[in-house]
Amino acid sequence: MSAERPGLRTSRPARYTLRFLALGYLAVLLLIPLGVILYRTFEPGIGEVWASITTPAAQSAFQLTLLAAGIAVVLNTIFGVLTALVLVRGRFPGRRFLDALVDLPFAVSPIVVGIALILVYGQTGWFGDTLENAGIQIIFSWPGIVLATVFVSLPFVAREVAPVLREIGDDQEQAAATLGASRWQIFWRITMPAIRWGVAYGVVLTTARAIGEFGAVSVVSGHIQGETQTLTLLVEQRFQNFDLAGAYAASAVLAVIALVTLLAMTLLNPRKDET
Amino acid sequence: MSAPAATSGPNDPTVRPRRRAKRAPAVRRVSAVGPLSIGIVTLWLSIIVLLPLAAVVVKSLDGGLDQFWNAISNRQAVAALRFTLIVSLVVTLINAVAGVLIAWVLVRDEFPGKRFVNALIDLPFALPTIVAGITLLALYGKDSPVGIDVSFTQTAVALALLFVTLPFVVRSVQPVLIEVDKDMEEAAASLGASGPTIFRRIILPNLVPAILSGCGLAFARAVGEFGSIILISGNIPFDTQVTSVYVFKQIESDAPISAAAVSVVLLFISLVVLFLIRSLGRWGARHER
Amino acid sequence: MKLRNRISFVALTGVVLALGVSACGGSSDDSSGSSDSGSGGGGATLSLVAYSTPQVVYDEVIPAFKKTTAGADTNFKSSYGASGEQSRAVEAGLSADVVAFSLEPDVTRLVKAKKVAEDWNQNQYKGFVSNSLVSFVVRKGNPKNIKTWDDLLKPGVNVLTPNPFTSGAAKWNLLGGYVAAGGAKDPKAGLAYLDELLSKHVKVQDKSGREALQNFVSGNGDVLLSYEYEAITAQKKGEKNIELVQPQQTILIQNPIATTLTSKDPEKAKAFVDYAWSKPAQEVFASWGYRPVNQEVFDEHKADFPIPTDLYTIDDLGGWSKVNDELFDPEKGSVAAIENKNGVSTEK
Repeated sequence: MSAERPGLRTSRPARYTLRFLALGYLAVLLLIPLGVILYRTFEPGIGEVWASITTPAAQSAFQLTLLAAGIAVVLNTIFGVLTALVLVRGRFPGRRFLDALVDLPFAVSPIVVGIALILVYGQTGWFGDTLENAGIQIIFSWPGIVLATVFVSLPFVAREVAPVLREIGDDQEQAAATLGASRWQIFWRITMPAIRWGVAYGVVLTTARAIGEFGAVSVVSGHIQGETQTLTLLVEQRFQNFDLAGAYAASAVLAVIALVTLLAMTLLNPRKDET
Repeated sequence: MSAPAATSGPNDPTVRPRRRAKRAPAVRRVSAVGPLSIGIVTLWLSIIVLLPLAAVVVKSLDGGLDQFWNAISNRQAVAALRFTLIVSLVVTLINAVAGVLIAWVLVRDEFPGKRFVNALIDLPFALPTIVAGITLLALYGKDSPVGIDVSFTQTAVALALLFVTLPFVVRSVQPVLIEVDKDMEEAAASLGASGPTIFRRIILPNLVPAILSGCGLAFARAVGEFGSIILISGNIPFDTQVTSVYVFKQIESDAPISAAAVSVVLLFISLVVLFLIRSLGRWGARHER
Repeated sequence: MKLRNRISFVALTGVVLALGVSACGGSSDDSSGSSDSGSGGGGATLSLVAYSTPQVVYDEVIPAFKKTTAGADTNFKSSYGASGEQSRAVEAGLSADVVAFSLEPDVTRLVKAKKVAEDWNQNQYKGFVSNSLVSFVVRKGNPKNIKTWDDLLKPGVNVLTPNPFTSGAAKWNLLGGYVAAGGAKDPKAGLAYLDELLSKHVKVQDKSGREALQNFVSGNGDVLLSYEYEAITAQKKGEKNIELVQPQQTILIQNPIATTLTSKDPEKAKAFVDYAWSKPAQEVFASWGYRPVNQEVFDEHKADFPIPTDLYTIDDLGGWSKVNDELFDPEKGSVAAIENKNGVSTEK
């Protein structure tokens, strides 16, 4: 860490100024809002909060959220790593386009994401008839929610792993290839260990984003009580029903999930310590 | 697939491996990714991203080109687009500067509670946007405990977006900052260069690609943001109405084609901006020392 | 490193445990607010797709229905959301046996999409299950002394109302002012009123009624245009600092209910709708501030639901199609024109 090679030495006043500025910005922008949220959540008391988050509706929402986020994380991790490899190590026409494509999911307004999915997989959509004949329901059922979640959390792993791949270069991979290692061996024995912290980091960001998604999921879920409601949809419903305390309580669950994954990230943090 | 790897040039084991982006190799190198991988990734991105977006494009043209044109040249649509793009760019720039600053402090500085602060940065992601919206309204609205009332102004939209896009540049820059080679900083310091100079001339260029990458993500997120802005912005047409709200309006007014058309335009502009940012990043990386 | 591994292991175990706990807990059901499909024997399953505010009502009506002979052995799936979005969802394939929306056009949309029969409103209640009035919500004590629509135009009065283009239900609010200014007989007068209201007194328009109320409660605005039952439900749910003021000229809000053509059990669906019109269910509506359509129940609660001297209905304005075309068409409607005109002065 900084104990080894101090590098650029900042003078004391400079260091304090920078620290003050950074923390000040964070405090104003992040900490105060978070403080307000925490305060409002626990204002009614822990008992109330617990009751609020253990209702059957809350529990099924919790499960659905974890299911959708879980699938999204697994898929986006596997394909994200692959995408990063392809984008950084590959050389082929259209690479720049693919590169830009990866960031697009964010730029689409969440409502449009939902509608786009309905246009493709909905009853009157492109695959509507095929799906109906096969008896598969995507929209207004959990697969639709999973699809929407996968869409919005797509870029993270790729974007965390790519810079690392670029940074470490492929010398070792090349050397291994010369020695006759197969592509899979190269990936698993050399690439993967080097990027595993980037992957972990990306996984955490993907999780946070996936559990927090609202707009796109709202359009494709159908809001069926106890079935297609995620935690974020539950928050909105409680808000609609003048149950602000319940809305905050459900948000608290989301915050806790995020914090646990954040904790995992901080501990697995890529370059904080030796790999 | 294998190809003979060279024994001189970049692969020469006697040359100390340097960490920099690879230029087009002078010798044939083994490609880590074959056509199968490229195919899989293309397929994946096509199905998950391209397909739904293509459906939107098709929908937007459902009424023909003139309906498309009418939809996007509508005064409210144009005003919303302009406001969205401007405020997103401004917010991205602010968070870029702040992001580098925060990343620097988190990486190079030590203070009690740093772990905690580091962990908090990603929280804006996980919060449902309605909660963010209510909180921002409480903080920066009429009954603000800190005395700031910017409700229903463009500043409010900017504040909401700053909150939501905070993590991007920080998280992009952090890993690179940690990896940065400190040899040159030391060398420059021993030659008498001052702190800011070292930062500007040596460290910053290494960070540029990461900064741009984070900016791209932040910008993309900002233009698409919806939920956290709604309550505090008042959605005043021609003033604080962002494109995503305008699109929502069109959908609610049973004008889906118009909604699709405006979304397509926003998407296209975002694509161009992202493309530019990435190209800039690549250019910067190529000129990296 | 070892310690770190241990901690992260604990953290992940915590998550898994939480999952486990919720899995165990989640299998039990309760009758209020959650789906109860799966309990009970073979029986029918009815899907109710409704708009968000009457959830409190249906949470009581559904269990009561299940206790009747007509409703015994029925499982329910309910879905609540914004009226327009729910309507659009059903149009896009969300399965529904009974639909209940906040305004008629949301049902008409389904008639056009052949999901609801054309004669859905050929009954004694014209298809409506509850009524309400456009009312004012003011701060407790009514500091600005707002009683009539004209009071809204007094200098310095800030009015909150949701945007009629993002919230179909918000159209009622503007129509209230429109008819109060004589718009039913003289459209020009009505429009002139709306023009002044929107240009000078409505600074912001929230996306939905609930958000407008939230904004109002956060301290913005002097008066909020809302529905009578929204205010009453809010007060019943703990909002203390608001007061309901009923202008004597206003428009009658009518909320439709209908069975769908795509229902798998049309008889059960009809039975439920019939139940919704019956005395016990209408009593529940009344308790939450909705004006019952069942005359008997209404008469019993006369005291709670004073009738304004000058009450209009959408029919006085020629029906929804006419109103939607002339006033609320996003391109050619008069209200859209007012909005665009206002934009000229604030456009940057």
